[in-house]
Amino acid sequence: MKSVRIDARGMHYTPLNQKIRAAVADGVEEIILDNVLGQRFIGDGLRGNVRIIINGVPGGDLGMFMSGPTCIVNGNAEHAPGNTMNKGMLVIHGSAGDAVAHSMRGGKVFIKNNIGYRGGIHMKQYDADARPTLVIGGTAHSFLGEYMAGGLVLVLGIGKEKAMTDRGIGSGIHGGEIIIRGDVDEHLLGVGAKKFKFTEADLERIAPIIKSFCEQFGYDPAEFLDTNYTKIGPASSRPFAGKYVWE
Amino acid sequence: MCGIIGFIDRTKSRIDGSSIKAALSLMNERGSGYGAGYAAYGIYPEYADYYALHVFFDNLAKPKKKVDEILQQWGEIVHQEEIPTTPQPNMQKVHISWRYFFKPSEELMAGRMTSEDDVVTYIVMEVNSNVKGATIFSSGKNMGVFKASGWAEEVADFYRIQDYKGYIWLAHNRYPTNSPGWWGGAHPFNLLNWSVVHNGEITSYGTNKRYVEEYGYKCTLFTDTEVVAYLFDLLGRQHELSHEMIVRALAPPFWEDIDQMPPKEAELNKAIRLTYGPALMNGPFAIVVGTDDGIVCFTDRIKLRPLVVGENGNRLYISSEEAAVRILDPEVKNIHTPRAGEPIIARFIE
Repeated sequence: MKSVRIDARGMHYTPLNQKIRAAVADGVEEIILDNVLGQRFIGDGLRGNVRIIINGVPGGDLGMFMSGPTCIVNGNAEHAPGNTMNKGMLVIHGSAGDAVAHSMRGGKVFIKNNIGYRGGIHMKQYDADARPTLVIGGTAHSFLGEYMAGGLVLVLGIGKEKAMTDRGIGSGIHGGEIIIRGDVDEHLLGVGAKKFKFTEADLERIAPIIKSFCEQFGYDPAEFLDTNYTKIGPASSRPFAGKYVWE
Repeated sequence: MCGIIGFIDRTKSRIDGSSIKAALSLMNERGSGYGAGYAAYGIYPEYADYYALHVFFDNLAKPKKKVDEILQQWGEIVHQEEIPTTPQPNMQKVHISWRYFFKPSEELMAGRMTSEDDVVTYIVMEVNSNVKGATIFSSGKNMGVFKASGWAEEVADFYRIQDYKGYIWLAHNRYPTNSPGWWGGAHPFNLLNWSVVHNGEITSYGTNKRYVEEYGYKCTLFTDTEVVAYLFDLLGRQHELSHEMIVRALAPPFWEDIDQMPPKEAELNKAIRLTYGPALMNGPFAIVVGTDDGIVCFTDRIKLRPLVVGENGNRLYISSEEAAVRILDPEVKNIHTPRAGEPIIARFIE
């Protein structure tokens, strides 16, 4: 495998991304970025099957519009990793900021620990192939899956008494599903969101995702392969049909 | 979008401004070159008993003569000078930054005002609303604000920020969106020992402004954040609320959350909301406030702006982005993001 190492210490994101693109154009399959600290837009709009290992804390909008590559972050991420991402995978061995997977339309974002507010906001899907997945190992703050139109958000609550304690889950959701480990208090649901029973069929559907997440972070998937989840989705097919209508 | 930084050493051990400048510069993307500023506490130990008044003068003729006159009506100027600056190639020097070390005198105050802080507040409001060509932008003791239009590094180098040593630092780079980018509109905003840096906008500005104006404050700097400094002075100094209670008044829990509280707590929170309704701040904000006894930071109640906190021993670091915190201290520990509306308060250890 062709691999390159780039020392990003003190480098602005423009030359850094230029180096990444040049390496990908050169047929490099693995890029290791050392001493990353706050550089925004890493891997944005990048295509192909390259694997980028980021040692440090990348800046906002990691993997925005990305279509294909895998980014592994050995550290935390800032705001909106996976923003409008199309295909590929982000694996964050830490926590991430607000608006994680914002408007994501395909691929996977796996966060080992916690995320900030509005994770999965505006996620959408087109068909079985273009279905984004956001998995959070720990917990998420308020407005998880806000205005969500498609895709899957899964919260495992590892090490937490309750997977979710913040309000506004699925506020304004009109498509897709939010699946949370254990029970979820009714008052945590956002406007237009409703709880559904999590069935064996649901488990079968998400089992490959659970396994894939556990593989990345070294967890035993058996611990998570049961039906002790709550499924949250839109209250009806058009929950806001009457919102702007005054008849 | 703006970038903010807060630093405190609880034992009052001081650091110079160079790492603050480096951390703020890392977030240049959050600014647009139309405003940056720094506040440092502990920088004037030789004049610790005097109010350090930092003033923007359009010229040193008429505006300065007027300010001199007002100060002489109330007290004594023990020292004054132009704040040392170094010209920056891409920064236009629009104002002359001047500093006075000033103390109100009991004789001159007699029968007019009883508290020195009231005198200085009055002078700030009087100069900023009535003296053309002069703006007092810093008025605390043993602290000072340094700000201008420019990028984070330019403003730091202009004021030689590395030459100051402080135990509290606030810093801000500005991306003005709905008010002019001018020197007085750069953050931090200050009154007495309250200094405020803010990312976001106070959409309740009109209500908040009218509220503080009832108590004699005058908003003259053409931007929303100014009112936050006056709200802290009103609630903290005049009404003697604790920092926790000030934040509770400015970013109170939602009524739905109050309904879930135990009766006694619910009663307290209802009382604060009803008493301080016009002080409630709406809109997106992440704010750090420097005070006499430490720093306070908090965000709006639905967390529309980022705020990251890290610690290391007696030091607390706050920023819009984790990377900036790591520039301040690569060994930083316990990095976390406070909940919406949750106050993070660090006080000095006696």
